Order: sequence, then C-alpha cells, then structure tokens
Amino acid sequence: MIPLTYMMSLSAVIFAIGVAGVIIRRNILVMFMSIELMLNAVNLAFIAIGSRLGSMDGQVIVFFVMTVAAAEAAVGLGIIISIFRNRETVHADDLTLMRW
Amino acid sequence: MPPFLYIFLGALAVVSALGVIIQRNPIHSLLALIATLMTVAILFIGEDAVVVGFLQIIVYAGAIMVLFLFVIWLLNLQVETGPTGHLALKFFGSLAAALLATELFFILAPPHLQVKFTHEPVGYGSLASLAGKLFTDYLVAFEVTSVLLLAAVVGSVALARRLPGTDDPRAARKAAS
Repeated sequence: MIPLTYMMSLSAVIFAIGVAGVIIRRNILVMFMSIELMLNAVNLAFIAIGSRLGSMDGQVIVFFVMTVAAAEAAVGLGIIISIFRNRETVHADDLTLMRW
Repeated sequence: MPPFLYIFLGALAVVSALGVIIQRNPIHSLLALIATLMTVAILFIGEDAVVVGFLQIIVYAGAIMVLFLFVIWLLNLQVETGPTGHLALKFFGSLAAALLATELFFILAPPHLQVKFTHEPVGYGSLASLAGKLFTDYLVAFEVTSVLLLAAVVGSVALARRLPGTDDPRAARKAAS
C-alpha cells in the first residue's frame, strides 16, 4: 500500500487548489465548484486514514459529507439562480448592494 | 493498486483540479471538476473503499454535476471576456494557497500524524460493512440527514420560485428600456 504521506500530501494539494479557486476566481459558480473540490480533498484524507486504521468510520463520514454536499449544491444553485434573476450577473464583484 | 498507478492518478487529479480554477469557460471548469471527481473515486476504490468510490461516481459525478450543468445551461454562461480582474489578488491568493499547502503538508507529515496501522478486517469497505455501521452507530445522524435533505428540497424550491404577483424583473427591465 502506498505511504500515508503521499495520500495526505495529495489531499493537501487539492485542498489548497480549492482555496486558491475561491480566492482568485470571481465567478460565483466556479467559486462553488472550488468548494466541492475542497470537500473532496477532505474525503480523500478520511478514506486514506480509515483504510490504514482498518475502521469503517471514515467511510461513513464520507457518506455523510456527500449527502451534505448534495444539499449544499441544491440550495447554493437555487441562490445563484435567484441572484441571476434579480441582478443578471454571476460575478461576485458586482454584488455590492450591502457593501458600505 | 501498484504504486505507479497512484502516482499517475494523483498527478491527474492535481492537473484537473488546476483546470477547474484556470479555465475561463465555466463548462470547461465543470468538465475538469468531473475528471477530478472520477480520479478521486478511483483512488477511493484503490484504498478499499469500493462502495464509497462507486457512490462518488453515481452521486457526485453523476447527479450533482448534472445539477451544475443545468444551471450553467439555464443561465447561458459564456466564456469570460474582458479584464481578468485584480492581478494582486491573484498573486497573493496563489501565494496564500501555496503557503496553506506547505503548512498542511508539515502538519500531516508522519512525525506529527501518529497512525497505528491495523490490518483491515474481512469485508472491509463492502456494502454490508458500510450499512452495518450506518444503521447501528450512526443511526441518529442518518435519520437527521433525511431532515436535512427535506430542508434542502423545500429551501431550494422556495428560493428558485417566482413570487406570485411580482413581475419578472428582467422582463420589467426590458420593457423599461
């Protein structure tokens, strides 16, 4: 089996790419995709450690994370559609109504 | 799985994850995200989490990504043109992410991360073992999840519907101009 360090580094790199996507990109939809990327990086770490501990708990937690991601995607995309209908933009910098 | 396959899949996952944040067309970002999810699913299967790996393909790469695709299609998003935004933000954002990756690497490196390696029991990662855990130790969380999903369904319908009596703001704007 591949060393745990390799899997954890891979997870860390994908998580950091997701963080970079949220900071750099201004398209709300792409920022949302970056959040999914971060969730997946954490899932990878759960699975890697779980299989080395011989415990199923990690897999069950990944199952719950997937459920939460599905709920989050449904609500988040509903919000994005609602914003687009009112403001006709998906650009985060254009949404300055509540900014002082 | 042989080690070289892990290296290959890991490289593929990192490259397609970079594709998600680099592509300027949202559809291309989405395709790169699907590639990342599939690669991670194969890594799950390689780590003996077979059921979760297949669930990842069906639920994530299948259902959730189709939802994203529908929204991109519904909003008619095109390739982003014009100025690419703040260069300083991009520079410092990348720097912060690189620092975060380094930090995570040092936290997760073996001297700090003490994992007692245990041999996997028979049937590890099978549907029976997952379900056995889910319906005994995690039964309360499982039931609460159903409430969460119900709340998400009601919430997304409430958010996306048009309130009765209010005109479509886009149609009103078009009529005014």
